[in-house]
Amino acid sequence: MSTAVSAHDVTVIYEDFKALDGVSIAVDRGKSYGLVGESGSGKSTLLRAIAGLAPVASGRLEVNGRTLAPRRRDKAFYRDVQMVFQDPYGSLHPRQTIDRLLQEPLAIHGLSDAEARIARALDEVGLGTGFRFRYSHQLSGGQRQRVAIARALIVEPSILLLDEPTSALDASVQAEVLNLLEQIQRDRGLTFLMVSHDLGVVTHMCDQLAVMRSGKVVERLSAADLVAGRIDAEYTRNLMVASKGFVRTSA
Amino acid sequence: MSPLLTVDDLRVSFPTRAGLVEAVRGVSFSLGRERLGIVGESGSGKSQTGRAIMGLTPPQARITAKTLSFDGIDLLEASPRERRELRGNRVAMILQDPKYSLNPVMTIGRQIVETLRTHRKISASEAKARAIAMLEAVQIRDAARVFDLHPHEVSGGMGQRAMIAMMLIAEPELLIADEPTSALDVTVQLEVLAILDRLVAERGMGLIFISHDLRLVSSFCDRVIVMYAGRIVEEIAAADLRNARHPYTQGLLSCMPEIGGDRHPLPVLDRKPEWAR
Repeated sequence: MSTAVSAHDVTVIYEDFKALDGVSIAVDRGKSYGLVGESGSGKSTLLRAIAGLAPVASGRLEVNGRTLAPRRRDKAFYRDVQMVFQDPYGSLHPRQTIDRLLQEPLAIHGLSDAEARIARALDEVGLGTGFRFRYSHQLSGGQRQRVAIARALIVEPSILLLDEPTSALDASVQAEVLNLLEQIQRDRGLTFLMVSHDLGVVTHMCDQLAVMRSGKVVERLSAADLVAGRIDAEYTRNLMVASKGFVRTSA
Repeated sequence: MSPLLTVDDLRVSFPTRAGLVEAVRGVSFSLGRERLGIVGESGSGKSQTGRAIMGLTPPQARITAKTLSFDGIDLLEASPRERRELRGNRVAMILQDPKYSLNPVMTIGRQIVETLRTHRKISASEAKARAIAMLEAVQIRDAARVFDLHPHEVSGGMGQRAMIAMMLIAEPELLIADEPTSALDVTVQLEVLAILDRLVAERGMGLIFISHDLRLVSSFCDRVIVMYAGRIVEEIAAADLRNARHPYTQGLLSCMPEIGGDRHPLPVLDRKPEWAR
């Protein structure tokens, strides 16, 4: 099986803070890969490094077999790799209609046939064309996240970088968005690299995952191993216990 | 024994350009010295219920209730002065995110001391000693150092502990916690909950725990109220949650992805208009 995204010994340094410290992962094509860890562990930084949004100090990033330049990427890269952010309230332009928001990536990449593409993208995320001329403040959190997914899909990428795509949503809306993501992955054969602090979400969505802590990968394992409790690192075990909910010690 | 808090037919509504929006529509419950969870999605009215009890509803809103009383005091008839006497003293509230709810330009210690000296006549040095003791009670190591730090200098988990210390320093009888751990990492979440749990048990407080996370609430509380569209749809003992009858409660429970639960696609809520009626 071929590798869609890989990182080899990647280090990211912000001034004198090492946000990523020699991280390596490999994501198989058409699969979902999860990054888990607490805030500050570097999981989002790794996504941002791949997207070209973080200063890579050393190491090598590869997408679809091509090594990426540290800073500037070509246009084909930005079409092939798209990102969905955590906060649907902050990631959509407040003064643009959904139509205008979806025109933007088409204009950047010089894609024709905007009408049909926008209609198709909205349809694919389950919104329908009725939403086309609304503003993002007229939508609920779940609907906004659907727009963000539509905006990523409209340029037909092969890789989606998902940064906590459902953690700002209610549980029931989270289920709808996760189902949508699984659906589009099946339909389009997409590769997902997904950051989440919720082990339930990650094991539901991903086949493989990496547990991160203070800029390093603590453990790489399959979701099946995690579920079965075949865990090596103490830290991963702590995360497992924590995600099972509160347990009263002195009952 | 009469309950600590009685809420009967509480309604909170907001005038908007489109007419009156009812956020809370006839909520009733009573609370003794126990842990009560209020669960619901965004917009279900759970936070507005907590705020109405606390007296923090925005001034343009209208609050009505047959009864809203705390320890025999009618909260709707109470003067602003009387409400201030209660707030922070006998009734306290922990908010979601320490980043936004602590004063950024005051040291943590000064904020705690301010709460204490507003309600108790004690000397500055004694107040400081009690604040440091309280910081130690919420398991902050090196409490004397943290006392002099500003909120931006501490982590989220530590900020939330400082807020718990501030809320508990006047030894309230009723504590309202509105999503107290949602902004924290899972591992830190449990530490903070354990601290809260111990203090509530030791001091015999009544606790209202407001959250969107049904599982977390049921592992922490004795009793759970489930709200939908401003109303209570179900009230159930936390231990019996698995036997919840209302389809909304069942839906909320089953839509969360579980570790090892191999369900594709996840069941989603099929909202029925009659739930909101």
